[in-house]
Amino acid sequence: MAVSPLDAVPAPVAFWRRVRGWASSIRWYLTTLMGDRAYDVYVGHCRAQHPDAAIPTEREFWRDRMAAQDANPGARCC
Amino acid sequence: MTTPSAAGDGTHSAAQALDTPPTAVAEEDRRRDSRWTLPKILIWVAIALLGAVAWTMLAFVRGETVNAIWFVFAAVCTYLIGYRFYSKVIERHLLRPDDRRATPAEIREDGKDYVPTDRRVLYGHHFAAIAGAGPLVGPVLAAQMGFLPGTIWIIVGVVLAGAVQDYTVLFFSMRRGGRSIGQMARDVLGRIGGTAAIIASLLIMIIIIAILALVVVNALGESPWGVFSVAMTLPIALFMGLYLRFLRPGRITEVSLIGFVLLIAAIVGGGAVAGTEWGQAMFHLDRSVIAWGIIVYGFIAAILPVWLLLAPRDYLSTFMKIGVIVMLAGAIVLVRPEITVPAFTDFAFTGLGPVFSGPLFPFLFVTIACGALSGFHALISSGTTPKLVEKERQTRFIGYGGMLMESFVAIMALVAAISIDQGIYFAMNAPAALTGGTAESAVAFVNSLGLTGPSLTPDVLTSTAAAVGEESIISRTGGAPTLALGLAHIMHQIGGGTAMMGFWYHFAIMFEALFILTAVDAGTRVARFMLQDSIGAWVPRFRDNSWRPGVWICTAIMVAGWGYILILGVTDPLGGINTFFPLFGIANQLLAAIALAVVFAIVAKRGRDYVRWLWIIGVPLVFTAVITITASMYKIFSPVPSIGYWANNAKYRAAQAAGDDALGAPEVIEAVIRNTAVQGTLSIVFVVLTIIVIIVAAVVAISAIRRGAEDDGEDAPQPSRRFAPAGLITTRAERELEAQWRDVGAGQGR
Repeated sequence: MAVSPLDAVPAPVAFWRRVRGWASSIRWYLTTLMGDRAYDVYVGHCRAQHPDAAIPTEREFWRDRMAAQDANPGARCC
Repeated sequence: MTTPSAAGDGTHSAAQALDTPPTAVAEEDRRRDSRWTLPKILIWVAIALLGAVAWTMLAFVRGETVNAIWFVFAAVCTYLIGYRFYSKVIERHLLRPDDRRATPAEIREDGKDYVPTDRRVLYGHHFAAIAGAGPLVGPVLAAQMGFLPGTIWIIVGVVLAGAVQDYTVLFFSMRRGGRSIGQMARDVLGRIGGTAAIIASLLIMIIIIAILALVVVNALGESPWGVFSVAMTLPIALFMGLYLRFLRPGRITEVSLIGFVLLIAAIVGGGAVAGTEWGQAMFHLDRSVIAWGIIVYGFIAAILPVWLLLAPRDYLSTFMKIGVIVMLAGAIVLVRPEITVPAFTDFAFTGLGPVFSGPLFPFLFVTIACGALSGFHALISSGTTPKLVEKERQTRFIGYGGMLMESFVAIMALVAAISIDQGIYFAMNAPAALTGGTAESAVAFVNSLGLTGPSLTPDVLTSTAAAVGEESIISRTGGAPTLALGLAHIMHQIGGGTAMMGFWYHFAIMFEALFILTAVDAGTRVARFMLQDSIGAWVPRFRDNSWRPGVWICTAIMVAGWGYILILGVTDPLGGINTFFPLFGIANQLLAAIALAVVFAIVAKRGRDYVRWLWIIGVPLVFTAVITITASMYKIFSPVPSIGYWANNAKYRAAQAAGDDALGAPEVIEAVIRNTAVQGTLSIVFVVLTIIVIIVAAVVAISAIRRGAEDDGEDAPQPSRRFAPAGLITTRAERELEAQWRDVGAGQGR
């Protein structure tokens, strides 16, 4: 039977690792939800689809994004 | 030897077909995973039994009190059953999503507007976009009829109507590249129906902004603490905007945390400021002053660049929304308050309650819009969300599931509102015209209502006001203060005791104000944009968004529209919320009727196979059409002055003609005549527009059913090249497929 890394370490360490795992999941969820990763997503997209095109800096990216929201407003519900 | 090119092509396409794992779970695997096993059967039997017990406790057991936990169980168990069974029927028979088809996010992926987004993240996004102050206000007002009518409508309504609308609109918009409901209405219903739908949405926007602003004004009037802490959200949002723009672009969670800490500091500081003389002098404002403040604010905020104010405050409000809802749910489960409000009050039958007038049918169903069925969601479900959906099958989780969550928010608001004493509830929610504004007169009024339970004393009102740091809690209509008091009542039992009541009360006020100000600002922008587009048909220059005078003129027109109604509401001698709120509900349900009518026509065009399942849309469509039209008819034709706008108009006109001042001073009479005329006219416009849209949709649907399947305006299918699970919990087949995609390295899953 394969030994998982969690079995190989003492219980407190395993527990600590698990807590860290949860914390990083929560962090991933929250930051993705709030939009922190929007730039990374965009860069990933550019690299994959348009490898030759210049990639804007994070500052430029957010300026463009806000300008787009200015031009085309989205509703918020009541 | 074969020619290189042919061999190359052949191997290439074959390799593609072999290398890429399936993009959808095979039908037999799906069937295998959904087979009923013993543990599954036991779990669902347990859920059904728990739900049945909870409903029995709420609906049939008539004790002195009922525990709030039963509301939670009744809601959650019904949602689970609705989600697991009813939404699957909709999926299988009415919508029939196909994961082999690429979604707009995949086809048009641009890394910005069209991004295949993790379903759980998109669920949060969608929920944050649909949930606002609406589900927090309606249920509070509806509590005047007792807890049961509102509870049943919120829970049953969402399963059969609200979530169905959100899910189907999201799905059909996704099949059309993320088209808006307005565009779909034009495509499906033609020019007349489409135009009526667009005029209706513009008017609805105006009404909704005005009433939401009225809620804020009522919560902040004569409340230095509230005014200070809500005013502080502006510098906080500006700071966040500048921080993101110039210091650390993209660090949204970080800046939201900073903003949150500042916000808490502003609430705590507000208590101190309200205690000082200068604080009283500066922030103790009349309701009409606050209303003008919001109007000026609304105009400026709508023409400022998004990054400076709107976007940062939106981050803050998303952050607060999720935090507060989790907190409130936890608190209700921990505290489990005993509810003393009866299941039904007499007002459910007489229709003459002080909070809003009109009989249970149809007025309960227009008072609680958001939380059970909210037409406004059609604008969101057909806007941003469909452009971010990764796989077609995820629309059930996001659309149907997202709306269930909003309904749960409405149930929690209801629980918070009914956890306070009934006497206090009526003293807070009856208009000043009835309570007289002082503790003694309010007590006399409330005790004359014939409520069950102990009678109210002036002392209770003054001590409650003092506990939450307010001058008075009498006639604080609009729902927000009641909810805030309920939240404070529940939360102080967990942390801080009565000393923290003031903090929790103003925390709740602040959080509602935050939603509403965002809705005011964003709504003004959207309405301005729609107006620019409409004027642009004649004066093309108005379509140009960079032409500032056009933006300013259209913003000013829209602000003038909602500002006028807001001022009417604030100065209404009869109360404001009680007379205007039905318009809000009617407007919202009318939009639902329009959205459902569009969906109805689309489904009819899909072909005979689907027509059998049209009742899924037909039932909520007919229901919402009946309630909006009936409610409008009451408002237009009822001879009872407290219900019919025109009856009241005639009554005050007669008094004016006779020179009779029994109803009030001449300017009061004049104000009532003007307000009822505006309200009555809007009711007529709304009902005419609804009837036009529904008739057009019926005609389109009937002719489509006669002709059989035809082009329903869907985009041509394109093959998908990615895979992701459909729901929150992955099935065995989905996990296997995910693993295959991970091996290929093409999957973008985490």
